[in-house]
Amino acid sequence: MKAGRFWAWVVFALGAAYFFIPLIATVEFSMRMRRGVYSFDAYKVVLGDARFQATFGYSVLAAVFTIILGVLIVVPAAYWIRLRLPQLRPVVEFITLLPLVIPAIVIVFGYIRMYGSNSPLPFLATDTGTNALLVIGYATLALPYMYRAVDTGLRTIDVRTLTEAAQILGAGWGTIITRVILPNVLIAVLSGAFLTFAIVIGEFTMASLLNRPAFGPYLQNIGANRAYEPAALAIIAFAITWGCMSLIQILSRFAPKSANRPN
Amino acid sequence: MTDLSLSNQAIAGKTVPPGEARALRLPTQWLGVAPFFIFAIMFLILPTLYLMLGAFQNDAGEFTFENIAALAQPSIVAAYWISIKVSLASSLIGAFAGLAIAIAIVRGGLPDWIRSATLTFSGVASNFAGVPLAFAFLATLGRLGLATVLLNTLFGLNIYAHGFNILSFWGLTLTYVYFQIPLMVVIIVPAIDGLKKEWGEAAATLGATMAQYWRMVVIPVIWPSFLGTVILLFANAFGAIATAYALTGSSLNIVPILLYAQIRGDVLHNAHLGYAIAFGMIVITGLANVFYIWFRTRSERWLK
Repeated sequence: MKAGRFWAWVVFALGAAYFFIPLIATVEFSMRMRRGVYSFDAYKVVLGDARFQATFGYSVLAAVFTIILGVLIVVPAAYWIRLRLPQLRPVVEFITLLPLVIPAIVIVFGYIRMYGSNSPLPFLATDTGTNALLVIGYATLALPYMYRAVDTGLRTIDVRTLTEAAQILGAGWGTIITRVILPNVLIAVLSGAFLTFAIVIGEFTMASLLNRPAFGPYLQNIGANRAYEPAALAIIAFAITWGCMSLIQILSRFAPKSANRPN
Repeated sequence: MTDLSLSNQAIAGKTVPPGEARALRLPTQWLGVAPFFIFAIMFLILPTLYLMLGAFQNDAGEFTFENIAALAQPSIVAAYWISIKVSLASSLIGAFAGLAIAIAIVRGGLPDWIRSATLTFSGVASNFAGVPLAFAFLATLGRLGLATVLLNTLFGLNIYAHGFNILSFWGLTLTYVYFQIPLMVVIIVPAIDGLKKEWGEAAATLGATMAQYWRMVVIPVIWPSFLGTVILLFANAFGAIATAYALTGSSLNIVPILLYAQIRGDVLHNAHLGYAIAFGMIVITGLANVFYIWFRTRSERWLK
């Protein structure tokens, strides 16, 4: 057991080195902008850049719409499948796994060819349409995570009894979903939402191919043209990802732990 | 899709009472899942099918295998080959390193806080991909990166003089490993947790040595989820583009970058060849996932 523990420490130390050296190097590099001394100049330049503010704002907005769209699609479907159509579960699970099989670049390529200006559904003919298509594309990317989060949340509550109780009290379907089911799976939905946010905020492929002024293409552009700013942006992006994951962890502490009645 | 409509009828037959209720209740039964299916069909399935069909059509819309055959040209084959190599190398390295770390934190007798800290960090790092990851590695192993400079000044080792380049196969692989290892850790830790303590005790009671316990109990139980995860990592790396594009521009010709250039500017001068490349990507990641699902169903038996 002694030897085992020694090797466990060795493996852990090697892993920690591989994961922390790039972070330390990036922090160090991002502070080298002023010759000879460490400074936060690169961060000042980045945060003061009007394009940073504009593209970051755009991506935050896209992420918010993606989350709303994802919730609207996933929550009713996951709820209804638990309640009435358990036979459909394998089909739905298969579909939610598809975005992991079909690369994002292929999905957006399909959009460009199917929803061009001359097609019956010309999403790409207008700016608003293209923005909508980007949000839709992001929602497909987030689908596996959103569905799994919501489904896990639903598993821990007794969907059937809650629904029947609400019905007896005279609630309609809209009331049941918004005032009974959603509050009960809110924590799961929020976990899915923060994960979606982390995925979407720096996304490059779809935004770039749809020519949207999003954060991902801006990052790529800065990377191709500047020296120190990219490192500062990498640290900012890491902090955002970290923030999202921490929020998920904090939320998971409030989530109900066990299934009341697995069905 | 035929599958779907079949189950459709089966459900309708089962749940709807006979008589006039049929006309009234059938639509509401489907209303809840309708947005999901409409969304999935319009924005996930149809666009993909459109490309897959396009891969077998020429400009006049006639059926042909020409586009698929045209994939055999050297530059495209080279792109597929380097993509497969990078994905395979990064998934294998990521998988074994991730497994070692997972075993170390679960079974190695390390303090508890290390386990939870590693899992938290893994959650973050597995989602830290794309353009920022490329920046981090340029700052580390680029020509002026900290690791490059330190290795040179402290040990006199100039890795660029020894043929290393961040804009190369190994550079890209080393970068991909940064999100592959954490993904492996996140997925495989539950599998290792699933190894019951009783199995170790039973093996010990029967007089098994530590090596026998590992060879005859642990490895057979972990094996399917391990292999399944390797495949997931492979597909994960195969479809990724942002990191590679930000890291190497278009100097490293992997398939997603080739497809990206084709979508932007028709560099291959044949729109349907682009469809064929997309088709090839779906076939490779699709095959990978078929294996993944197969291994997963095998591994789930043990994790209940």
